[in-house]
Amino acid sequence: MSLTQVGKGDMAYQVRSLYRSLLRQSRQFAAYNFREYAKRRTRDSFREYQHETEERRIQELMQKGLKELQMMKRQTVISQFYQLDRLVVEGGKTGKQAGDEGGIVRQKDTGWD
Amino acid sequence: MSNIAPSATRQALRICSRRCPSNNFSRLSPRASPSFGHNGRRSYVSETKPINATVSVETAIKADQKAFLRETGKKPQDETMPTTGLSADTMMSPSAGLLKQATIMDEGTRPIYLDMQATTPMDPRVLDAMLPFMTGLYGNPHSRTHAYGWETEKAVEQAREHLAELIGADPKEIIFTSGATESNNMSIKGVARFFGRSGKKKHIITCQTEHKCVLDSCRHLQDEGFEITYLAVQNNGIIDMAQLEAAIQPETALVSIMTVNNEIGVVQPIEEIGRLCRSKKFFFHTDAAQAVGKIPIDVNKMNIDLMSISGHKIYGPKGIGACYVRRRPRVRLDPIITGGGQERGLRSGTLAPPLAIGIGEAARICKEEMTYDGKRISALSKRLLDGLLALEHTTLNGDASRHYPGCVNVSFAYVEGESLLMALKDIALSSGSACTSASLEPSYVLRALGNSDESAHSSIRFGIGRFTTEEEIDYVLKAVRERVTFLRELSPLWELVQEGIDLNTIEWSQH
Repeated sequence: MSLTQVGKGDMAYQVRSLYRSLLRQSRQFAAYNFREYAKRRTRDSFREYQHETEERRIQELMQKGLKELQMMKRQTVISQFYQLDRLVVEGGKTGKQAGDEGGIVRQKDTGWD
Repeated sequence: MSNIAPSATRQALRICSRRCPSNNFSRLSPRASPSFGHNGRRSYVSETKPINATVSVETAIKADQKAFLRETGKKPQDETMPTTGLSADTMMSPSAGLLKQATIMDEGTRPIYLDMQATTPMDPRVLDAMLPFMTGLYGNPHSRTHAYGWETEKAVEQAREHLAELIGADPKEIIFTSGATESNNMSIKGVARFFGRSGKKKHIITCQTEHKCVLDSCRHLQDEGFEITYLAVQNNGIIDMAQLEAAIQPETALVSIMTVNNEIGVVQPIEEIGRLCRSKKFFFHTDAAQAVGKIPIDVNKMNIDLMSISGHKIYGPKGIGACYVRRRPRVRLDPIITGGGQERGLRSGTLAPPLAIGIGEAARICKEEMTYDGKRISALSKRLLDGLLALEHTTLNGDASRHYPGCVNVSFAYVEGESLLMALKDIALSSGSACTSASLEPSYVLRALGNSDESAHSSIRFGIGRFTTEEEIDYVLKAVRERVTFLRELSPLWELVQEGIDLNTIEWSQH
């Protein structure tokens, strides 16, 4: 209990937590292009400001990040409502994967006869 | 195993036939039982033969298949669950029941979008800014008597500020219109008609590679008695400044040159043209629909007097554009749409607040992300261009250095552009601007560069934007490489070229 209270007061903890929430929310976009952009933009902007030391500036960036998170929470829901077909470049459920990670592999059923 | 099964079945049937009449059937149908009595056997099944009791594997499988096929193809949204009256979709997930288009196919079939010059997808952040004004905040921004109007007006003015900031202008100089076409019409016809009234300034200079709406506005003015000069462009798509200077007459009212070409992506020397126009004291209009938000633009530094902006080219909503009209020194226009005097009287009619707010938000994001997007688009463009030019007999159309990287126009020699587009069904591309791609004429822009008909026919435009990913570029490169090679294999011209025959030396017709 005391540990979490100490931890939550820590700015670095808050930043990491925001980063994780943003990435998690980014993955919820149904549209491939928006999803990839959201993930990439989150990563790149955190990387851009990783050496920021000024307290006030960090606070500002945190506020901006929180705004983005709220926006993303609303927009991912809308995005999931109006889903379209997948793009040809996206890995589908068939196990065909155009990218290089996160593939779903369809396994052959074995051991029945 | 196979012997035991039929005999067991036979046994069971015999037991059943003996038991049934004794306990219930005879009681239920007393009249029926005597009729069986005379042949001495009470049997309610057909005569027991080994063949009847044998389970035929083929028919069993067929029956199973039939039953299975009856159940296939039923979609959850089409089925109602028994006793509840709800659809199966709603039972599985309440939110999914609201959707009609929730069926996701296993394999992706949707093409990759690489036509960012035609239009761009709307940024989710823009939609987020627009939604409140599409639902609860529906006031008319011109209403001055109640809070509904005030809140909408405040947001619209905020959007105007964002747009002005993007191009370094004053918010009062931004006029919202329905799109870049209207802005172009308004600027060109407006200035020409206002200054042509006195009969002194009746000359307009434009360029052959302009967008159709500029050329068409000029053609209409020609019918009204104006004189138009259509400047030719050099081989790289850029206008010659000396030629422009030579075309200037004392009665020139307006010069209209686009900033970034929509088909080949070359960037015209706007700053120099602006300086020239300012020194000779006539107005300079530029169609910056493809440039705003993508390359840095400052109307004061570039001496631009009128500028057209489009919402849907900067990841904003469709159906909105803006026109920058300079106030100091004042540019006077004859408005095309007159009425209530909104937008400084230059474009009457109630604004569309959600769209205006959308374009404002899009402009804000563009300003914020310009360096990030620019860097990324350049990198992707380089990757695409290097890959495409690695193929033999491919050329980039337009200047290589004075070029907006998001628009890559490449000619594939010995391949029909239209057939390549057909072969690349999984990629959304176009051979030129959206307005002219329906016709089979070669692009007039490429013809103006001095390209041959064949080269103009065999060119394809790739548009890269904010949401394009590396995977998409790699997919496109692979697809183009495969299919260009395939189409060339079919072509007899390609065979001749491979044999080292110069096609220009061949005499084709003998009659």
